[in-house]
Amino acid sequence: MPRHKAAVAAVTALVLAGCTTDKPAATTQPAAPAASAQGSGTGAQSKFFVQADFDAQLAMRSQTPQGPTDKPWEQVIAPKMVDTAKYKKDGPYHLCFSNAAVNNPWRQVGWKTMQAEAGLHKEIEKFTALDAEGKDDKQISDIAELQAKDCDALIVSPNTTATLTPAVRAACGKVPVIVFDRGVETDCPVTFIKPIGGYAFGADAAEFLVEKVPAGGKVLALRILPGVDVLETRWSAAKVVFDKSRLQVVGVEFTDGDAAKTKSIVSDYIQRHGKIDGVWMDSGATAVAAIEAFEDAGVPVPPINGEDQQDFLQKWKDAGLTAVAPTYPTYQWRTPLIAALKILKGEEVPKMWNLPQPEVTSENLSTYLKPNMPPLHYALCGCEDLPGFPEAWGGKKS
Amino acid sequence: MRRALPILAVLMVLLAAIAVVNPFFLEPAGFLAFLKRAAPLVILAAGQYFVIVSGEFDLSVGSLVTAEVVIAARLIDGDESATGPVLALLIVVGLFVGLVNGVVTTKLRVPSFIVTLGMLLVLSGAVFLWTGGAPRGALSQGFRMFGRGGLGPLPWSVLILLAVGAVAIWLMRADFGKTLIATGDNVRAAALSGVRVDRAKIFAFMFSGLAAAVAAILLGGFAGVSAQVGQGLEFSAITAVVLGGVVLGGGRGSVLAAMAGAFTLEALFTLLNLYGISGALEFTVQGVIIIAAVAAGAIRLPRKFTPRRGDAHAAS
Repeated sequence: MPRHKAAVAAVTALVLAGCTTDKPAATTQPAAPAASAQGSGTGAQSKFFVQADFDAQLAMRSQTPQGPTDKPWEQVIAPKMVDTAKYKKDGPYHLCFSNAAVNNPWRQVGWKTMQAEAGLHKEIEKFTALDAEGKDDKQISDIAELQAKDCDALIVSPNTTATLTPAVRAACGKVPVIVFDRGVETDCPVTFIKPIGGYAFGADAAEFLVEKVPAGGKVLALRILPGVDVLETRWSAAKVVFDKSRLQVVGVEFTDGDAAKTKSIVSDYIQRHGKIDGVWMDSGATAVAAIEAFEDAGVPVPPINGEDQQDFLQKWKDAGLTAVAPTYPTYQWRTPLIAALKILKGEEVPKMWNLPQPEVTSENLSTYLKPNMPPLHYALCGCEDLPGFPEAWGGKKS
Repeated sequence: MRRALPILAVLMVLLAAIAVVNPFFLEPAGFLAFLKRAAPLVILAAGQYFVIVSGEFDLSVGSLVTAEVVIAARLIDGDESATGPVLALLIVVGLFVGLVNGVVTTKLRVPSFIVTLGMLLVLSGAVFLWTGGAPRGALSQGFRMFGRGGLGPLPWSVLILLAVGAVAIWLMRADFGKTLIATGDNVRAAALSGVRVDRAKIFAFMFSGLAAAVAAILLGGFAGVSAQVGQGLEFSAITAVVLGGVVLGGGRGSVLAAMAGAFTLEALFTLLNLYGISGALEFTVQGVIIIAAVAAGAIRLPRKFTPRRGDAHAAS
């Protein structure tokens, strides 16, 4: 029997140790190391935070992009052009694409948009795409496989930044490479296409809350999961904004992007604090679930941010919310094909192709809300003029 | 009832602990909110109980829940008039998946662990193929009412939970329950004494499938469409049943205790959340519970046989 007791004691000790050490940023984190974080409840700054990138992105928000205003996917902010004469060749072209995944609505809308864009250009004789299904190892072999297919240019949307870097570097030696969405840790691609970025997204939402929520108000921050650079930047920018404000961040919680979990977390916070005065989200996919938690609790919905998904925009209009929707536009999926053709024709392209990243506000909400589109459609697809719209994107002809 | 006492005591302690941290929990609205949140898991645990007590496993319920919600959203697509037929279809799909699990397990003699693990993979793969990884469509207000709305202050999900619980307890008191337990305790003895064991097991799987369909209706209603809605639910349901003192391998335990186990698990998660402990720990907690419960069962067994120690043969 003593052995049995010892085992129980050991298990108890383990469980207790687990309880005391693993307490990530939830509820109020006592005295974070950075002095600026004192009492704001935002916890320690993310190790992904880079001050220079943060400053650059926030500055880009107010810069006027160059290019046609009715085609934001062709626009570029603060470009540094590079010469592409060495890649010039005669058409028709065979373009190849290594896609990280199509496993969320954002990527599905983008992928449809890209396919429609490919159909617009007669010079593209063949468009070969491989879906890595969210797996790094599959994408590495996809990129290798595509190099053996006589591609004239290779487009890569990397699944993760660091792991895909060597594969992209290897491809650079053989074909012109275009990277978009997430980046890689090498400057060998001819161009890297992205919207302004995560810092701008997170700061847009946080600044809105600072403006709308009265001083001392309680803000709940909801994040999908830790450790992903594109999401860490969003939160770390919001943290900087909240730390400078007089708002009180009462919780930073991870939702796994799950609607039920989001709704439960928000309900718990409403119960525990009586009142939540603002909700910050690093992604809009579960914004409607968060809003419903307030509705079901019978309390007014506080200022909140979502994203440009139709379900959120519809809720925003129907319930008359105080809301904002920073975006990570899906129209960026059009740009890589346009860039590829420019490169193959020997035209200059920007080394960093920073696309504009508009915000949906109560003033322009009606232009982005399209009731005939499905609830998970992203409004900033830039796909309205493409053949097959709206049916190919799941919409109904109105 | 007597079998459920230990787990009910644990449940009371946890509920008291929650009430200390969060006094709102003691108000009717707060407690009903807890019942509403626990309802899908409790219903799943009741379904899982039938399968486990008959000596089998059902690992497919989590992905069945996901598949049902995704199918509902795609077929309803916001159209209110489609609600009724789709609800009926979901029930049929749940029963059918249970039927397949049961028939393959009993007639083809494939271990249920493998059958339902295969079903889990088949369903999640089919959902992925059909949706491309992201669900489409929308649920109607009429559909969502069951998980969101209520009859006055009483949430529909709590009323449905009461009905399911009553039916489950009644079934276990009826002849069906006795044959099911006999089957789980000793298949051969049960078969020899005239129990149609295959039929009993197939019904058990069909109840589990039905429970998954009801849980899917409640979960989809609670928070809307999501491709992750059923993730890990099979393990939560099994943990809940084991926590209720139902013995893996079958033949022992009560359905009331299994449902109390589900409430206890949900109360434990709520408490962890109130103390700000990451949700990631939920899986760890479940794992510890399963291992500890089975180990506790194994430790108890030799003691049962202690009277035999006097026997010269056993002592040698």
